[in-house]
Amino acid sequence: MPYSEKILEHYNNPRNVGTLDPSNLAVGTGLVGAPECGDVLKLQILVNPLTGKIEDAKFKTFGCGSAIASSSLATEWLKGKSIEEALAIRNTQIVEELALPPVKVHCSVLAEDAIKAAIKNYQEKQESVAAQQAKPEPVAVG
Amino acid sequence: MLKFPIYMDNNSTTRTDPRVVETMLPYFTEKYGNAASRSHPYGWEAEEAVEIARGQISSLIGANPKEIIFTSGATESNNLAIKGVAAMYKKKGNHIITQATEHKAVLDPCKRLEKEGFQVTYLPVDRYGQVSVDQVREAMTDKTILVSIMAANNEIGTLQPIKAIGKLCKEKGILFHTDAVQAIGKVPVNVEEMGIDLLSMTAHKVYGPKGIGALYVRKKDPRVRLEPIIDGGGHERGMRSGTLAVPLIVGFGKACEIAQAEMPEEAKRLYFLRERLRKGIMEQLSETYLNGHPDERLPGNVNISFAYVEGEGMMMGIKDVAVSSGSACTSASLEPSYVLRALGVGDELAHSSIRFGLGRFNTEEEVDYVIQLVVREVNRLREMSPLYEMAQQGIDLKTIEWAHH
Repeated sequence: MPYSEKILEHYNNPRNVGTLDPSNLAVGTGLVGAPECGDVLKLQILVNPLTGKIEDAKFKTFGCGSAIASSSLATEWLKGKSIEEALAIRNTQIVEELALPPVKVHCSVLAEDAIKAAIKNYQEKQESVAAQQAKPEPVAVG
Repeated sequence: MLKFPIYMDNNSTTRTDPRVVETMLPYFTEKYGNAASRSHPYGWEAEEAVEIARGQISSLIGANPKEIIFTSGATESNNLAIKGVAAMYKKKGNHIITQATEHKAVLDPCKRLEKEGFQVTYLPVDRYGQVSVDQVREAMTDKTILVSIMAANNEIGTLQPIKAIGKLCKEKGILFHTDAVQAIGKVPVNVEEMGIDLLSMTAHKVYGPKGIGALYVRKKDPRVRLEPIIDGGGHERGMRSGTLAVPLIVGFGKACEIAQAEMPEEAKRLYFLRERLRKGIMEQLSETYLNGHPDERLPGNVNISFAYVEGEGMMMGIKDVAVSSGSACTSASLEPSYVLRALGVGDELAHSSIRFGLGRFNTEEEVDYVIQLVVREVNRLREMSPLYEMAQQGIDLKTIEWAHH
């Protein structure tokens, strides 16, 4: 099947391949897909706590060219966005931008899922931090 | 000078040999008679050309020219053999034995027959894709009328123990069909020595034209009878009606003649290229796995799984070479290769498989180019792969709860 120029461009020059430190509280990690299904997508965001904006995004993908291009595009779009803006990204926008053929729509769905998973992971981390801080300091005895 | 993309998908189809094309050409524009026309020289010369081709084809498999029935290709040959035997011998029995890694052109006719009340045994294969003669023997019942086991597999190149199975079928008086599409012209096939009663073949896998195939149907000891699928003018001993495609048949004949003459040399050369490719790739890349049998395989076939790299993604990276993958992404079904699954290759590694099919026109220079290309791309894609990263960190991928979708 012939691929669009945009898919090939992202595949040949993927943006933001890499890994952010998952133990950093400002980092959210999403891991979606399954090896048996032929696609696994790991997407990470780094959120600036002061501005609430996504400062950096990285991905690693096991999958076809369309899956790699969808991930690459997603990281590109995430940078500079607020969480709310990031949550508004739809797979259909990825389909349109990359001109994904119908059999490859699932790659864009996976990218949207990965964005949501990364945000969820970030938010859970923030909530647990808040919960930690809300706890009273243990009183030192004696 | 290399010409891109380099064609290494010869298990899929082959380039028509220029010598074959040249032999065919007069039969389009000058000698265009109908081989069934008995009333004029156009018909006579067409018939003569067909008979020469029948001789060339039968010679390659050690058969008699009269035992060759022309078809449109191996899919039709397999259909005719299986359905034709089933319909003709159904009073004798309703049981057929085949195996899991057959081509769909064998499996699907069997499935259709199951709907019509036939019983079909699909034998499992071992990790190399082979069935044993003992498995076939144990599956036989007094209702078994046909055993259909391929000579060589199209995906993994594994050769089956055809001679032993043929001998067993002879002893038991059960008809033996083999889909020899991948084997003929590549490895020696002889219907007498191997006890084959029906054999499917096609021209385009042996550097002949597409659209022509043949079914070998044994004429004596035993005389095999078939219920035809296509009725009409009674061509081909009534087993396959329809005007013969004379130019294609002439090309098929020439292709078989060349294959027979050059097979010993060509097999040696392909074996050398195959091992060069296999070693060149596997010695430079960790966690690569050869699919199929290490020795008992077609001389030109290499099928490798590259852990942590998805097959279709990889093909995009190695687009300078035309190959195919067992990845689901290359099929409409979204299921990875059923052949690799039958071998017990996990879905993940099935998705990571690439088939390299070397052929007559591949060169050492091409093989060397492909080796460095594959090594470079696999390394690049592994750097991009979350699975590779996890494996490097010592995470067992099997312990992760994946979100299946």
